[in-house]
Amino acid sequence: MMRLELVKRPQRSALFSALSPFIAFALTIIAGAIMFALLGVNPLTAFRIYFIEPISQVWQLHELAIKAAPLILIAVGLSVCYKANIWNIGAEGQFILGGIVGSIIPVLFPQFEGPLVLPLMLLLGMVGGAAYAAIPALLKTRFGTNEILTSLMLVYVAQLFLDWLVRGPWRDPQGHGFPQTIQFNDSAVLPELMPDAGRANWGFVFALVAAVLVWILMSRMLKGFEVRVLGSSPRAGRFAGFGLNRMVFFAFLLSGALAGLAGISEVSGAIGQLQPVISPGYGFTAIIVAFLGRLNPLGIVAAGLVLALTYLGGEAVQSALGISDKVARVFQGMLLFFVLGCDTLIHYRIRLIGLALTKPQGTAKLEVAPKLKEAR
Amino acid sequence: MSANQNDTNLLEVRGLTKIFGTLTACDHIDLDIARGEIHALLGENGAGKSTLVKMLFGSLEPNSGEIFWNGQAVRISSPGVAKKLGIGMVFQHFSLFEALTAAENIALSLDDGSPISSIAAKARALSFSYGLPLDPESLVGDLSVGERQRIEIIRCLLQTPQLIILDEPTSVLTPQEADKLFETLERLRSEGKSILYISHRLEEVKRICDRATVLRHGKVVGHCNPREETASSLARMMVGNEVQAVVRAPVEGIDKAQPLLEIRNLSRKPATPFSIPLKGINLNVRAGEVIGIAGVAGNGQGEFFESVSGEVLQQDAASVRIRGKDAGGLTITGRRLLGAAFVPEERLGHGAAPRMKLSENLLLSRHATDGKAFVGAGGMVKSAAIYAAAQRIIEAMDVRKSVPDPEAAALSGGNLQKFIVGRELDRRPSVMVVNQPTWGVDAGAAAHIRQALIELSRSGSAVLVISQDLDELFEISDAIAVMHNGELSKPMPIAEATFEKVGLLMGGAEPGHAEHRLETA
Repeated sequence: MMRLELVKRPQRSALFSALSPFIAFALTIIAGAIMFALLGVNPLTAFRIYFIEPISQVWQLHELAIKAAPLILIAVGLSVCYKANIWNIGAEGQFILGGIVGSIIPVLFPQFEGPLVLPLMLLLGMVGGAAYAAIPALLKTRFGTNEILTSLMLVYVAQLFLDWLVRGPWRDPQGHGFPQTIQFNDSAVLPELMPDAGRANWGFVFALVAAVLVWILMSRMLKGFEVRVLGSSPRAGRFAGFGLNRMVFFAFLLSGALAGLAGISEVSGAIGQLQPVISPGYGFTAIIVAFLGRLNPLGIVAAGLVLALTYLGGEAVQSALGISDKVARVFQGMLLFFVLGCDTLIHYRIRLIGLALTKPQGTAKLEVAPKLKEAR
Repeated sequence: MSANQNDTNLLEVRGLTKIFGTLTACDHIDLDIARGEIHALLGENGAGKSTLVKMLFGSLEPNSGEIFWNGQAVRISSPGVAKKLGIGMVFQHFSLFEALTAAENIALSLDDGSPISSIAAKARALSFSYGLPLDPESLVGDLSVGERQRIEIIRCLLQTPQLIILDEPTSVLTPQEADKLFETLERLRSEGKSILYISHRLEEVKRICDRATVLRHGKVVGHCNPREETASSLARMMVGNEVQAVVRAPVEGIDKAQPLLEIRNLSRKPATPFSIPLKGINLNVRAGEVIGIAGVAGNGQGEFFESVSGEVLQQDAASVRIRGKDAGGLTITGRRLLGAAFVPEERLGHGAAPRMKLSENLLLSRHATDGKAFVGAGGMVKSAAIYAAAQRIIEAMDVRKSVPDPEAAALSGGNLQKFIVGRELDRRPSVMVVNQPTWGVDAGAAAHIRQALIELSRSGSAVLVISQDLDELFEISDAIAVMHNGELSKPMPIAEATFEKVGLLMGGAEPGHAEHRLETA
């Protein structure tokens, strides 16, 4: 006869708001240790292989940057959406469309070379991602559809479209029937930052620049103020003269463009051609990155590096311990769960409500049938 | 029943205390309510009236203190317990389903499984015996606010309570409807029932209440017989010091002044099934005058405000004109740029974003009008300039706060309202439209806001005030128009206006027909 109730706290603790990602990370480690122990692996060994070894050499840090770049780029865009209370869940699809549209030049016009190619590809990638994100924005503003559903469903459309392209019209004729496009020519490949040290490419620089620019936008500019007002109290936003429909398009186009940029950077940098699958779920993992980074672009840079490590660690424990690399998904899921849990407890406290059965003298007959407090 | 029962008070409260965090909302409250008396509970907003009443009705549990019912200590752990004891409550905000009939709404709260038809018959009998005419078969959505209140009262009476708590019952009624209610209350008193009457309207407390308990900052500051007090002596007890009277100098030659806000044949279709359509509204507000719009809540004032402010646009651009320019097709930003300023009824979530600092809330309504001062090249916000301006407004309006630049939600309602009104006054707008300027604001701050509105008009601006508070409108307006069911009456110069004339218009009747309508309602 007990029930739990979440009661809003009158004051939020600023200290714990800042600490929450770290507490969540610690809880993930504890839960991860239990998981490894149950799998019959010494947790300390597993953690060393999972979290330390993948970043113990310089070339490995480059791999980390390669994985972190798309996560940061996408999450920075998503943070603007989520601050505006607009729920773009389809960054994975916008990432793929950015990769496809950006690849038009190297795939269809391979003879076109020169310094113009790469900037054009990046621009097309951003246009592709933004255009694909405009679909849920249009559906939401025009017909009032739920953008969570439409943006999510469009992910599967994008995945299957890419699959069809690389098996059909865009397949490399000399590729022995493998489902992939031709290798991009040299002027269509995103250069590496320090070729002697590792593979990290300019995508990581794009991510850092985007994070700083969006941070300035959100904290110093009128547009960022508009995003925050409309996201937290839409009626006050309307009173301020800000348009909600314009904001839906702004948030979707910005996050779509950044996801598209991430997509084409990944294709032209890390992969070098189009394949049936070009993302290990970056668009979804970036949602975790955005929340772990407190929807703050600078926090997102740190969170992106942490989540990139979970990918590398997953591969490492698979090769070293024979544990499925799905363990990376488990870690990502736990991290999101604990972050959201911590955030909820910052805003609310849990109250245990017991049903009062005590009967003070003199009122016994009045409380023969104790009832729950009337909801109001 | 023994003689003993007649000697003791019906309800005695001793040392009742309720603490929320660091705030002691009720601090050792003592209260006695005798049988057959109407007992007033007086106090400003935030004095602890609602908290006390919620503890008596079982919605909140006290931290300490005792409640005696018929001389016996009781613990009121839920509204259900309160009802069984014989305590009934009529809330200020009704809890009725608009899509159901009056009888169905009553059946829902009785929860005893009796058939609707028998409940309807009982309700009908009760309503006529207490002079509260009500058709139990009518849909709540079709009823006026006064009629909805009758449902709440009848629902309460059907449970044969000994003590009826009424929370600000007349704030939604016309003066004539309030008179009807007073007759009912006097009748209940004559039957030996007790009434706890919460109000801040001193005149009506003086008229119907036998005793009064006055609260201030969570403490009882006095018990008195309101009939022996004056309105100003009661106000002094509530506020703790003398409230400054508002001064309004008469204006000369207003007829020749330029109209700064013109509303021409403004109509609007209802946006939702329960919202009010606006029907052919015409109004001129001239430079130098304050026009008041009276009316019972929910007669189209909110819809009218949205249409004038530009939160909703008009088909006909000439239906709203600001400083001689058609503004019907302009957004709220466009209308502000013409020199208009707006203060909506809701503070948190409409006039201000709750989780944003006051300085950011200053930017909310002034990012366009003060574009050069507050927003620099490339859309960068000038934080220092906004902070300085916010501090200037806080100073000018005497906004009380605990940190230099608090979040809007951290201020009390009255202090936030002072800031929101001050934010617009600071611009010296040539047209100012305010909806409920002092609702829930303490007497001292309300006088400050009213005086500021009058001074703005005397400096050559046009001021339009929408209010449910007739005392306020009579205090500040040069002319009063009445809104009823989406229509606006012709403004009545203040010299000709009386409570009775305005009240009849609020009831929706031409003078002379009001009584008839109330009888058949």
